[in-house]
Amino acid sequence: MSDQNQKEISIVKQEYNITVYTENQIGLLGRIAIIFTRRKINIESLNTSPSEIESIHRFNIVITETEDVVRKVTRQIEKQVEVLKVYYNTNEDIIWQEMALYKVPTDIIAEKALVERLLRENGARAVVIRKDYTVFETTGHRSETDALIIALQPFGLIEFVRSARISIIKDSDGFNRKLREFERIEPGQDVIENEFLNSRDKVFSM
Amino acid sequence: MDLIMETAQQEVLSEQKTNPGIEMKGSAALLEGLLAEGVDTIFGYPGGAIMPIYDALYDYMDKIKHILVRHEQGGIHAGQGYARSSGKVGVVFATSGPGATNLVTGLADAQIDSTPLVCITGQVFAHLLGTDAFQEIDIINITSPITKWNYQITDATEIPEILAKAFYIARSGRPGPVLIDITKNAQLQKFNFEGYKPCAHIRSYRPKPIVRKEYITEAAALINSAKKPFVLWGQGVLLGRAEEEFKAFIEKTGIPSAWTILGAGAIPSDHPLNVGMLGMHGNYGPNVLTNECDVLIAIGMRFDDRVTGRLDKYAKQAKVIHLDIDPAEIDKNVQSTVPVWGDCKETLPLLMDACEAKQHPEWIEKFRSFEREEHAEVIDNELFPTTEELTMAEVIQVLNELTKGEAIIVSDVGQHQMIACRYGKFNNTRSNITSGGLGTMGFALPAAIGAKFGALDRTVVAVIGDGGIQMNIQELGTIMQCGIDVKIIVLNNQFLGMVRQWQELFQEKRYSFVDITSPDYIKVAEAYGIPGSSVSKREDLRTALQTMLDTNGSYFLEVMVMKENNVFPMVPQGCSVSEIRLK
Repeated sequence: MSDQNQKEISIVKQEYNITVYTENQIGLLGRIAIIFTRRKINIESLNTSPSEIESIHRFNIVITETEDVVRKVTRQIEKQVEVLKVYYNTNEDIIWQEMALYKVPTDIIAEKALVERLLRENGARAVVIRKDYTVFETTGHRSETDALIIALQPFGLIEFVRSARISIIKDSDGFNRKLREFERIEPGQDVIENEFLNSRDKVFSM
Repeated sequence: MDLIMETAQQEVLSEQKTNPGIEMKGSAALLEGLLAEGVDTIFGYPGGAIMPIYDALYDYMDKIKHILVRHEQGGIHAGQGYARSSGKVGVVFATSGPGATNLVTGLADAQIDSTPLVCITGQVFAHLLGTDAFQEIDIINITSPITKWNYQITDATEIPEILAKAFYIARSGRPGPVLIDITKNAQLQKFNFEGYKPCAHIRSYRPKPIVRKEYITEAAALINSAKKPFVLWGQGVLLGRAEEEFKAFIEKTGIPSAWTILGAGAIPSDHPLNVGMLGMHGNYGPNVLTNECDVLIAIGMRFDDRVTGRLDKYAKQAKVIHLDIDPAEIDKNVQSTVPVWGDCKETLPLLMDACEAKQHPEWIEKFRSFEREEHAEVIDNELFPTTEELTMAEVIQVLNELTKGEAIIVSDVGQHQMIACRYGKFNNTRSNITSGGLGTMGFALPAAIGAKFGALDRTVVAVIGDGGIQMNIQELGTIMQCGIDVKIIVLNNQFLGMVRQWQELFQEKRYSFVDITSPDYIKVAEAYGIPGSSVSKREDLRTALQTMLDTNGSYFLEVMVMKENNVFPMVPQGCSVSEIRLK
């Protein structure tokens, strides 16, 4: 690829998936978030939850930016003391899913829609079926979860929620093994949370 | 994924004989920790939420010096001055709420200028967090973007370990400020203190990147084949304590070298390979020839916009070698051809070994020729003015002569700062202390106090404008109380000079709120028990400076200088470094 081509590609904005492995520390979410807000970059999706190792958290952050900006931002994230490792990937580099829940009135659904067909067409399943409402669940790309909103809208959609994106990096051989090995050599520490807030009335202070 | 880091050997270190421990309060444990870290000076200001720590300090008065400042901002700038002159970690105490928020400017300044600090703030009782209690402020979130690390302690048992981490993080790798917020209950809480173990490793933190040999080889090949190599160095050389390595490298390779204002002094001002200062008000040659060199070697500097001017016209013809300890700095502003990640204390000797001994007399002569031009057009007029009024540059020049370039010059922000950096003579490292990245007016007076405490055997001269001195003038009270020896020179042009200069050059002399009046400084100084004098005539200047230097203790010298003088050369904003103007 010529230099010219490379330049052109690097100025194209596209979705990037940033994967961050961190210590489980209070305040770290804020430290990571301000790296984006300082540069006026909108975080489109953010998932944070424990990894397979309890003391190590994994963030999945989605932003739309040029590769140049994403590279600089990831280096700033990696610079944080409690960040272990950062990766960034395009959508082509990952397998990703978002989960969505749909609450609809059971009577209308039962009466008007061919529920089974709807579920099959959208790869959805019923999580709860009660007399008053039913909750469907589906996972997939944004377009797929969107499709079911459209399908259910005429039937009195009551509530909808979509999760942040989670993604698996295609080229991630040995991630789990290395993470476990790392934890084995140097175990993480427990988070110390405030244990005093609930005993406010019992404490005398001035 | 290369998560696995060098397994620490410090486990052995901590395996000392099991200490049964002694019961003590969190506040006392904090002071034990500070002692163990070798802290000799603390700059601080007490208040409600930090009272238990101050109570403990009462018992440590003979072991640790505490300097009572007049404002927490003065305290943190003093801590910065101390860190910059001594190379050690500056320690600052402040109370919660306003005490803590008054640290913000200093933290931001220390963060952008990579100054190692550990700031301890008091905080309300843990059970009051989030209740808008008296003097409660969320200082952790306020300071997240401007600290290298921060942490809130709510339990005394955390104190030794967190303090050890704080010092390790502040001083290792690319240094920076750390803030530890300690709730009052944790300060008061008694616990079993089992001794203080210094921290040497944090599993998620890699202070310096691993040096990659292949980049050293590539960089050396570029340097060896270069016809017009040019070195830019910054504070990284000082922070890495790599002055000797740096000097050896440029002397072997014979490369002309220019400095950023925070890098000044790494080699003496009159070193034959020192070609001057970079940036907006830097020297003529280094700026113009940045756009003519074939290999640009940046060492421990971050290509600040005040150094580079317009980026798309910056050194486009050159191959760029960038040595930096912070991987986030590589390719941040200027795309490197060869990135040399690592601590320059390690990378410079490796690079030097791979480089051929060379000399570049013709190329250096180009710098000298630009220097002659700058002398004729700018410097001579400043040093030997035909006007009756004094110039800032001649004050600095006489100061250089009297101190023989051995003094630490602490400057504030503005015209006088650029003059102090441009004309100051620095024989030694850690001699130019100034607010570089943040440009904090009011920095110099408190920083000079701290700088003196960090280098008691050196002469410390604060050079301040008439604007900046009025921003933290209350610290004269600190000088009065602790009796420290700081020489203060106020270069008074009766204007906020740098803003006025821009208004003159770019806004048709629409002087909008730059006309600033001053009190009678000599009376002010006298009220604080500091002797002083004011001069405005050339014939009095040398004697006045000599008196200042000869005075036992602090001295306040006001020099009335030319009202509407401009700092040149100048790279106008939005222009390329090669478009630098001599007038």
